[in-house]
Amino acid sequence: MILFHDILKMTLRDLAVRKNRSALTILGIVIGITSIMVVMSVGKGAQEYVLGEIQRFGPNNVFILPGKEPSGPTGAMGTLLNDSLKERDIDDLSSKSNVPQAVSVIPYVFGSVSLSVGQEIERSMIIGSTVGSQKNFDLKLAEGRFFDEFDLNDKARVVIIGDEIRKKLFENSEAVGQKINIKNLDFQIIGVLAQKSKGSFIDFNDSLIAPYTAIQQDILGIRHFQRVAVEAQSEESIPTVVADIKMTLRENHKIEDPEDDDFNIQTQEDIAKTVGTITGILTVLLFSVAAISLVVGGVGIMNIMLVSVTERTREIGLRKSIGATNKNILTQFLAEALFLTISGGIIGVLLGTSLTYLGIYFVQEFAQIDFPFTFSFNGAVIGILVSSFIGLAFGVFPARQASRKSPVEALRYE
Amino acid sequence: MELIRTENLAKVYEDDGIKTEALRNINLSIKEGEFVAVIGPSGSGKSTLMQILGCLDRPTSGKYFFEEKEIHSYTDDELAHIRNYKVGFVFQSFNLLPRLSVLENVVMPLIYRGTPDKEREKKAKEVIELIGLSDRIDYQTSQLSGGQKQRVAIARALVTDPKIIFADEPTGNLDSKSGEVVLRFIQELNHQGHTIVIVTHESYVAQAAKRMLHIVDGEIDKDETVANQKIISKEGFSK
Repeated sequence: MILFHDILKMTLRDLAVRKNRSALTILGIVIGITSIMVVMSVGKGAQEYVLGEIQRFGPNNVFILPGKEPSGPTGAMGTLLNDSLKERDIDDLSSKSNVPQAVSVIPYVFGSVSLSVGQEIERSMIIGSTVGSQKNFDLKLAEGRFFDEFDLNDKARVVIIGDEIRKKLFENSEAVGQKINIKNLDFQIIGVLAQKSKGSFIDFNDSLIAPYTAIQQDILGIRHFQRVAVEAQSEESIPTVVADIKMTLRENHKIEDPEDDDFNIQTQEDIAKTVGTITGILTVLLFSVAAISLVVGGVGIMNIMLVSVTERTREIGLRKSIGATNKNILTQFLAEALFLTISGGIIGVLLGTSLTYLGIYFVQEFAQIDFPFTFSFNGAVIGILVSSFIGLAFGVFPARQASRKSPVEALRYE
Repeated sequence: MELIRTENLAKVYEDDGIKTEALRNINLSIKEGEFVAVIGPSGSGKSTLMQILGCLDRPTSGKYFFEEKEIHSYTDDELAHIRNYKVGFVFQSFNLLPRLSVLENVVMPLIYRGTPDKEREKKAKEVIELIGLSDRIDYQTSQLSGGQKQRVAIARALVTDPKIIFADEPTGNLDSKSGEVVLRFIQELNHQGHTIVIVTHESYVAQAAKRMLHIVDGEIDKDETVANQKIISKEGFSK
């Protein structure tokens, strides 16, 4: 019986002789396994990200968006009727008789504005809401206070600013008590938000929050709400809450056919599903790339192995003449194919992991999304297994060709 | 003891439906310790005979007994086993692996036996010493001269302690000087008790053997004892 380390030594030596060719041969495998690795890592990270977001946002939140549910890829219908959510809707939704299992109903308006302090001009996002938004978004204050019911009723021009904005406009000087100019109206800064982890659907570090009464018409020039968050008592009560919301709004808007709804409701589950669909499409896409490149890579391996078998016909004859069995020859060539593909697999796992890491680093750095990097152990295992399988599947044919050569004819081969 | 015996051995090649009789009616017997030269013009079938006797190929018909066992029903693996344990080959074109060192080439048959590293290296060093190439042991064989290459091939054939060594035109690719050296080693091996079959078309090479088998057109034409075996000394053929 030939010893294992002898096979390994033989393989390494034979491949070392054909370095460049071997390296080029495994390219397809490398690309394939890299794709698998990226899919697995990003998929896992995306899942963790979405779950984390839902946890942070409170899994019981239901969002009402104005306009029809976007149906096409362009979402054009979504922009129709997008001013449907009015003050009256909020009042009715807040009423216990309409939606009994809602804990809170919080309307939001938002928009991009330019603001200035002295000569400093910045662009940023302004959010208008009610007092409940502090709890809804779990906002913590570094200094000052949040606006209260009086501010809301008085349409007080007060604003709480994100930490990033504070740094940009005031650097190290005191911000609370200062005036900030938004669309030629002076707002007083009453609070600064504590650094909040970035990522969710809004970046609070780079935003302003004010009573919606103060900005809805004066700043944003609208009379509707762009989003309403309704918190359900419990996860179990979400379907009931959704049904109640629909009923209330249809009644208010005099809608009889649900097809004519001028609002749509997103639960956290829906959001998770949407993200799931997107990652699903990406996964299918990358897996297709993986499958194609693995098959092409496998055929490449087979091709190069067949060339190698032909080139080494005399060597095969010699080895047989000194006592190598058919199985010995088969093993030698199969080992070579396997070694090639598994090397490709390992390189793919490393490359895929690095690319994922880099990609996520850039996403975190520039898009400011708190997407976690995870090493997919399953991906690595699958990558190595798949590459071994490719080696076996595409190496068997050339290896059999080699092992079946008649020693006499092989020795005579020129 | 009788090592090799054939009964009406024949080999027919078929190429595009045209049959060529390479060997026919071969009846011979080789005993342990013999030194046989198979001589004949090219195309006479002497190499085919050697390949069958060396278990590299199978006869089309007739019987072949190796160590008194009929090998007709042997599987490929069993034939490989015989080649590995009982037979050594020396080829005209050396058939060394060029990128391996002398030691690695010599050790190769023992790798297929699964002999442990240390043991096979020791054995290989012994035979390399015997053929006088200890100072070249780590050279790649591509760096050696023709004569040295053939001596490495002899060492590789010897390393398994075979029952019989087949040499197919071992001097065919060598100049006369290195040819003599190689022949001297082969003769020396026979003196030490090894059974040797050498295939050649040159009578001066055959003269170094003890027995001559003349093959003509695939048949044994003459089987004679060499009356005056030429003993090759370090200075060349002695008269």
